[in-house]
Amino acid sequence: MPLLQVEDLSKNFVIHALGRTIPAFQGVSFTLEAGSLLLIRGPNGAGKSSLLRCLYRTYLPDGGRAIYATADGTIDLASAADVDIALLRRTEIGHVTQFLRPRPRVTALDLVAEPLLVAGHSLAEAREAAADWLGSLGLKAAIWQAYPSTFSGGEQQKINLARAMIAPRRLLLLDEPTAALDPDARAALRSRISTLKAAGVAMIGVFHHPEDIAGLIDVEFHVA
Amino acid sequence: MPQPQPHQRRLLPPRLVRQAPLLELRGLSKRYGRIVAVQGVNLELYPGETVGIVGESGSGKSTVLRMLNLEEAADAGTYHLAVPGFTEQNLFALDRFHQRQLRIQQIGIVYQQPHMGLRMQATSGGNVAERLIMAGERRFATLRRAASDALASSEFPADRIDDPPAVLSGGMQQRVQLAKAIALRPALLLLDEPTTGLDVSIQALVLDTLLRLRRERQITTLIVSHDLGVIRTLADRVLVMRHGAVVECGLTDQILDDPQHPYTQQLVSARL
Ligand SMILES: Nc1ncnc2c1ncn2[C@@H]1O[C@H](COP(=O)(O)OP(=O)(O)OP(=O)(O)O)[C@@H](O)[C@H]1O
Ligand SMILES: Nc1ncnc2c1ncn2[C@@H]1O[C@H](COP(=O)(O)OP(=O)(O)OP(=O)(O)O)[C@@H](O)[C@H]1O
Ligand SMILES: [Mg+2]
Ligand SMILES: [Mg+2]
Repeated sequence: MPLLQVEDLSKNFVIHALGRTIPAFQGVSFTLEAGSLLLIRGPNGAGKSSLLRCLYRTYLPDGGRAIYATADGTIDLASAADVDIALLRRTEIGHVTQFLRPRPRVTALDLVAEPLLVAGHSLAEAREAAADWLGSLGLKAAIWQAYPSTFSGGEQQKINLARAMIAPRRLLLLDEPTAALDPDARAALRSRISTLKAAGVAMIGVFHHPEDIAGLIDVEFHVA
Repeated sequence: MPQPQPHQRRLLPPRLVRQAPLLELRGLSKRYGRIVAVQGVNLELYPGETVGIVGESGSGKSTVLRMLNLEEAADAGTYHLAVPGFTEQNLFALDRFHQRQLRIQQIGIVYQQPHMGLRMQATSGGNVAERLIMAGERRFATLRRAASDALASSEFPADRIDDPPAVLSGGMQQRVQLAKAIALRPALLLLDEPTTGLDVSIQALVLDTLLRLRRERQITTLIVSHDLGVIRTLADRVLVMRHGAVVECGLTDQILDDPQHPYTQQLVSARL
């Protein structure tokens, strides 16, 4: 059985104040196996980010199903209870968004370590793993203990990536994770993605420059 | 032009989360004379989660919290908490003695106005110890230690323990309230605008403390705040209230980024 089977998924935004409906995407179907990487393609505004957000349930899909094989039985991500989705976000499904939400007085290192703390790891373990991630993405160690709200766009994205990918996941949703990264960081991310794939992690990604992950793509899906 | 219908997608009951809810509230209603403050509110809180309540002023948020804290009677509704000795009970139907016992042992509350939760002239340590005394603790050394532990957990500076809240800053007063609320390791923590009225930088510190507490103690928490940034940072799920009723509930990011109900859309866009 595939890890994820998306059937006829659709999303429209109903804006009540304007009496308008904004279509995001319609009739999306695909399957995804463990350890494979699906690349989503499509022009600006085609609904690529919305599709990832619907699978993470930041957006509520309004039609179709997304049958996901959890470690504990299958579930439809489109209609599962909020508490079930919250549980999957803590344990199985990660979402790499484009922008970091820094919090006042939380250092770069601790922002990255946080998901491991939530998962029950010790502070020392979590910080060590965070340092490993930040080091491999090439964030200069001098700023690990600083507050990221004033960091450059690329630096913030490195923190965001590390934070989203540090905890073990079975499914990762990647929304343009390389957009603001320098070439070294892109290469580091590529090697991380390859390691995760080998470990059986499935990924769905939107990449502005798919050549960043050339050779790692198993399937492509075009959003019209 | 066709009129878009409010989105009414129904979700399935929990399947992966197999624990029973810690808190179950059904049909909570309350009026003050002719004013309907709360009508037909349902709520489940699962162990360890943080749920937010948002909504315009006067929508009934604080009234819900006061009733959950058993400090005010409900007109209608049932309220269950899965805590030892009370599991099968509708808490609204308990006598005053048992309500008080349950409130002291299992429910902590932080109010927006510190004077509602604290004796402003007593020492900070004394305010926290009072909770323990009410629960039956009499030994001075134990009281002192338990109070300072709780104050340390809420990151209250140890050298101010003998100062009364009246001479403390707003952020420190909230820490005393928090220490008092968590001193007995309650099952349920109720926060009513815990950071409102504080300076932004102090707000961030209090927020950090709340996040750390949530991680370390996993207290099931219900937080009311009009600050959507606070809600985004702390809450796993959110209820949106209007005119005493819940109009929408969902995962926090879904409510803030893909609100379904016309009122939620207005609330979210007005605050962005
Ligand atoms: N929260 C939202 N509320 C209303 N409309 C939205 C929301 N999010 C996305 N949309 C709309 O949905 C459509 C699809 O947007 P989406 O961001 O998914 O596209 P995309 O394929 O990721 O584009 P890009 O390549 O520019 O990132 C757009 O018309 C967008 O304006
Ligand atoms: N003692 C009272 N007598 C009459 N009306 C009351 C009384 N207490 C509260 N109300 C009314 O009940 C309604 C709900 O009030 P509540 O304090 O719960 O609102 P809230 O959502 O917490 O608002 P805010 O965001 O301003 O704190 C309001 O209309 C209020 O005026
Ligand atoms: Mg996009
Ligand atoms: Mg209030």
